[in-house]
Amino acid sequence: MSTPYVLLGFLAERPRHGYDLKHAYDSRFPKAKPMAFGQVYATLGRLERDGLAFAQGSDQAGGPERTVYAATPEGRARLEEWLATVETPAPHVNSALLAKVTVALLVADVETASTYVTDQVAAHMARMRELTAIKTSPQSALSDVIAADYAINHLDADLRWLRTTLDRVSDLHREVHT
Amino acid sequence: MTAEPLLTGRGVVKSYGQIPALRGVSVDVAEGEIVAVTGPSGCGKSTLLHCLAGILTPDAGEVSYRGERIERRSEAERSLLRRSEFGVLFQFGQLVPELTIAENVALPLMLGGTGRRQAHTAALTWLDRLGVAHLADDLPGAVSGGEQQRTALARALVTEPRVLFADEPTGALDTLAGEQVLDHLLRVTQDQGTAVIIVTHDARVAAYAAREFALRDGEHDPSGVGIGSVRRGRRARGEVATEARAR
Repeated sequence: MSTPYVLLGFLAERPRHGYDLKHAYDSRFPKAKPMAFGQVYATLGRLERDGLAFAQGSDQAGGPERTVYAATPEGRARLEEWLATVETPAPHVNSALLAKVTVALLVADVETASTYVTDQVAAHMARMRELTAIKTSPQSALSDVIAADYAINHLDADLRWLRTTLDRVSDLHREVHT
Repeated sequence: MTAEPLLTGRGVVKSYGQIPALRGVSVDVAEGEIVAVTGPSGCGKSTLLHCLAGILTPDAGEVSYRGERIERRSEAERSLLRRSEFGVLFQFGQLVPELTIAENVALPLMLGGTGRRQAHTAALTWLDRLGVAHLADDLPGAVSGGEQQRTALARALVTEPRVLFADEPTGALDTLAGEQVLDHLLRVTQDQGTAVIIVTHDARVAAYAAREFALRDGEHDPSGVGIGSVRRGRRARGEVATEARAR
């Protein structure tokens, strides 16, 4: 799970309090689910316990007093180590997608399976259009474009797989019925 | 109330010898609209584009522009329409290698009777809009594929057409260069209120369009999936023949 490293990365950039971390996360990863405050503080607690971050002081700029956290030298070293480690090239198959198609082919007829896949293709295309609009908007920052690219390319991979699946299913259907 | 479509095809049929490419396709394109014509290789999408642009004559069916039939007009009349109202962008190989980038862009205006100086000024304006004005005096062979495509886009738009036909316009480019061409294409056509019909088999390109018109085996596929592996080989040859004729 990369969330602790992302928060550690924000702290390595500059010291921040929990509220600031949540907003940094939400704006850098706008396509992800907003991060809950509970998760921010739980993660900060673990980073502190493991000696990767420490409470540097407090900040009361026009609001309630907040504890400001910073990365320790060990935290920075851990971050560098994480950045230098390549990810296992695991297939990024949306498992719910694969599970549904597999089960549809098992228990439903070809028509039902095809309808499910067709609807899924339409939903994927609609999302790709939204993301492309975000990407081409003049207001988008580089980080928005990069996040949208990531999602678009994964949706595109899903789409190609869905279309191939539909071709395979209809070929099979034709063989059986002719 | 829906405005009258700018361009319509009604029951468009086209075959190459015995091989049917379009089996009666009907499509409407509104003023300023961006439509992606999608589907697998050989589904008839290039043939449809060429019929709508008046490059190919359908065997049956109608093509109308601003409510007037165009498919039976003479080649000279259709050619005039393509020079004034329509702009066409192909995958590659559209620039005249012996002419500079600016001369290539000025060419459609000069063919239409605009004076050399005025055509050159207009060409520079369009090259600037597409971010390639600094290449005005270069020959096409000296610039990158993406820059050539932006030049071809400038040339297609210099006559300020109402419809831009784009056939796999980024098919020969790497992702980033292709994206820059699409970004420019989208921005300038929206600024001008130009309708765009873009043929692509790439979902990432289709996602730039507000609407997708999917074809499958020469027919409109309302499911939008564009499947159909039957006759894929023969169709693919049909599509190659269209591209060859279009050049």
